[in-house]
Amino acid sequence: MGSHHDEYQVQPGKIFTKPFFVLLALVVVGFALIAYRFFAGVGAVTGLSDGYPWGIWIAYDVATGTAFACGGYALALLIYIMNRWKYHPLIRSALLTSVFGYCLAGFSVMVDLGRYWNAYSFFLPTRWQPNSIMFEVALCVMTYSMVLIIEFLPAVLYTLEQSQWRWVRESAHWLYPRLLPDREALHSGLTVVSKVAGHVQVRLDKVLIFFIVLGITLPSMHQSSLGSMMIVAGEKLNPLWQTGFLPLLFLINCVFIGYATVMFESIVSSYSFKRPYEVHEISGIARIVPMVAGLWMAVRFGDLVWRHQIPAIFAFDMNSCFFLLEVLLIGGGAFMLLSKKNRLSPRMLFVSGAILMLGGGLFRFNVYLIGFNPGAGWSYFPSFAEFMITVGIVALEILGYLVLVKIFPVMPNPKKHFEEAEEETELVGDAVPARMFAGK
Amino acid sequence: MGKEAFLREGVSRRDFIKTCVAATAVMGLPYSMHTKVAEAAQKANKPPVIWLHFQECTGCSESLLRAGHPDVASLILDMISLDYHETLMIGSGHQAEQSLHDSMKANHGKYILVVEGAIPTKDKGIYCKVGGTTAIDSLTRAAEGAAAIITIGTCAAYGGIQSAPPNPTGAVGVRDLIKNKPIVNIPGCPPNPYNFLSTVLYYLTFNKLPELDSMGRPKFAYGRKIHEHCERRPHFDAGRFATAYGDKTHAEGYCLYKLGCKGPATFANCSVQRFNDAGVWPVSVGHPCIGCTEPEILFRKPIAEKLQIHLPTPPDTYAPAELGQKGPGVSPLATGVVGIAGGAALGAGAMLTKKLPSGEEGHEKHD
Repeated sequence: MGSHHDEYQVQPGKIFTKPFFVLLALVVVGFALIAYRFFAGVGAVTGLSDGYPWGIWIAYDVATGTAFACGGYALALLIYIMNRWKYHPLIRSALLTSVFGYCLAGFSVMVDLGRYWNAYSFFLPTRWQPNSIMFEVALCVMTYSMVLIIEFLPAVLYTLEQSQWRWVRESAHWLYPRLLPDREALHSGLTVVSKVAGHVQVRLDKVLIFFIVLGITLPSMHQSSLGSMMIVAGEKLNPLWQTGFLPLLFLINCVFIGYATVMFESIVSSYSFKRPYEVHEISGIARIVPMVAGLWMAVRFGDLVWRHQIPAIFAFDMNSCFFLLEVLLIGGGAFMLLSKKNRLSPRMLFVSGAILMLGGGLFRFNVYLIGFNPGAGWSYFPSFAEFMITVGIVALEILGYLVLVKIFPVMPNPKKHFEEAEEETELVGDAVPARMFAGK
Repeated sequence: MGKEAFLREGVSRRDFIKTCVAATAVMGLPYSMHTKVAEAAQKANKPPVIWLHFQECTGCSESLLRAGHPDVASLILDMISLDYHETLMIGSGHQAEQSLHDSMKANHGKYILVVEGAIPTKDKGIYCKVGGTTAIDSLTRAAEGAAAIITIGTCAAYGGIQSAPPNPTGAVGVRDLIKNKPIVNIPGCPPNPYNFLSTVLYYLTFNKLPELDSMGRPKFAYGRKIHEHCERRPHFDAGRFATAYGDKTHAEGYCLYKLGCKGPATFANCSVQRFNDAGVWPVSVGHPCIGCTEPEILFRKPIAEKLQIHLPTPPDTYAPAELGQKGPGVSPLATGVVGIAGGAALGAGAMLTKKLPSGEEGHEKHD
């Protein structure tokens, strides 16, 4: 994939900006509370109870957060399965979001687990319960996090290979001879690192397609399992959401949320990094979203008709209101993208992306929390600490993204791909093993 | 078998401690208390016990002597000074009466009076006489100097079968006649010997009587319904009932409730303590409980009559159904912060929307 590297560029700019410190403050608060949770227990920091053992850590960080992190998956579907190579420049930033989304979802589960010290059993196949949905989700999320990291690795290796190690050299120079007696050894060590990185990079490129295939398979598996997880809740889940089609709904839902996230993220990062808007790429993605969302709506309403739940939609109680909100947001966001004019407007792309993320996320919240009723008397609202932990984790995601795009070549290279955007396939055609796999 | 024969073999240290531990457990005391119980049982000054028999079948004495550890009977006789027991004592006639009289005089206010059997009150109590004295008179006289009275068996406690309608002799339990003495009832037909033994040991250990329920029964033994700890309880909860003796449902060991089991209304520890030191009790061998510790059930309700359950005890497996607020609830701080964060996100989104170019050429402008 060597020739791919000029598709991407390191975002120029300072790392230590004002947003950096604001986010860092939120991260520190969040992680201090996490530390407190490990001393004082889950009950001390959350609004969780026996009735609601899953709160926002699962409903947001895992169920919704991994859907937002499905940009990598949705783009991989488009690029590698549908063979649309013009979107390839977008994949690294989407992958980076996915890496953070998934790793931190796994981390949230560790925070949420009451007896986290038993989690090591997960690595002992003799203790597996392969019929469990939760086991499947855990296995897939963990493996996928690893696959995502490997998929992102080329950017890291490229940087290691190309790096002049200026910062390291400068600090070594400053330290010498105070703490660092042998400056030359460090320098030759750095050269070795660069060489090894270059060496590994070539090898990795050859097998990367295997991980890409895994990276498409695993989310298909566990995103549907996230739906199956709440089928198990039985009649505790309101009939507006409780259906055997939940796995399919979650799977389709994560695809259009993934695209919406790519749109949202592209516009926001273009705006904040003062880069040109990637309107051409994301307008192509935006064209697909109404189709996927339409398919989702068809399954959703077909299922409701089939189960005779249509009257429940218009009951205008809390559940029906949230159902209507969810459908209006998803339908509205998708509807906006039907117009070509809207698809070419960064403003409308941002608005529809945000609305779709909100609506798609609300669907997952509805399934996991709002439509879930464990019995009379139980109520749940996240506690302050619980909310701040989630905020801290989200802040860490954004912070990591902000920092890493300034270190690794992640963002699309505007010079490279805006000039040749129209020629799509010619641009990235050569020397891509994945292309051969895709059969073109 | 005479008293000497009982005592000749003695009690081994091991059996003695074993029995004390068992009794400690029955009393619901911590395990560590068994040394204290054993010490109390070994004390030199054994409390004198006078044991009176009235309208009864001696089944309670039999239960105590024969059932369980062979040593329980001898232990009882070793621990206490049994000064008068009509079926165990060697003496007879005037000699026996003299012994009773002497003991009552010598130990006035100190002895434990054990009563076995109901007391007839009709026609001035002429239906039960020992040595020419009516049961009422013997009881009244013996109770006067007693420190405490233990009634063994349902007859002495509540009247038992003699008092069942039409009750021709006007039989009553001790509690209906003696009002000014502490009375501990150990009902049962017969009662579990360990319940009696534990009550005596409790008295010896703590120098007071155990906590009693409204029927005068020690709570440690009669505090719960046998239904609560019955080994057939899961069948009851699952709705599997034996419908006839000897049929498949009975052979499968299903709940005996429909055969008339009185377990759901009977307070006793039979399902836990069991009998004969072999872990058996009526329900375990396929017969429904007849409610022998309950004055309102035994001999008043037919054995096969299905019981109306008035105070059902829920099984562990029901989901809790109590209403009211559960879980930590909503805190104003959290609601406020979530609201502010949501509002800020919406505001930022709106601001960004306003700043974003609306047209296609936007990116060039931005460059």
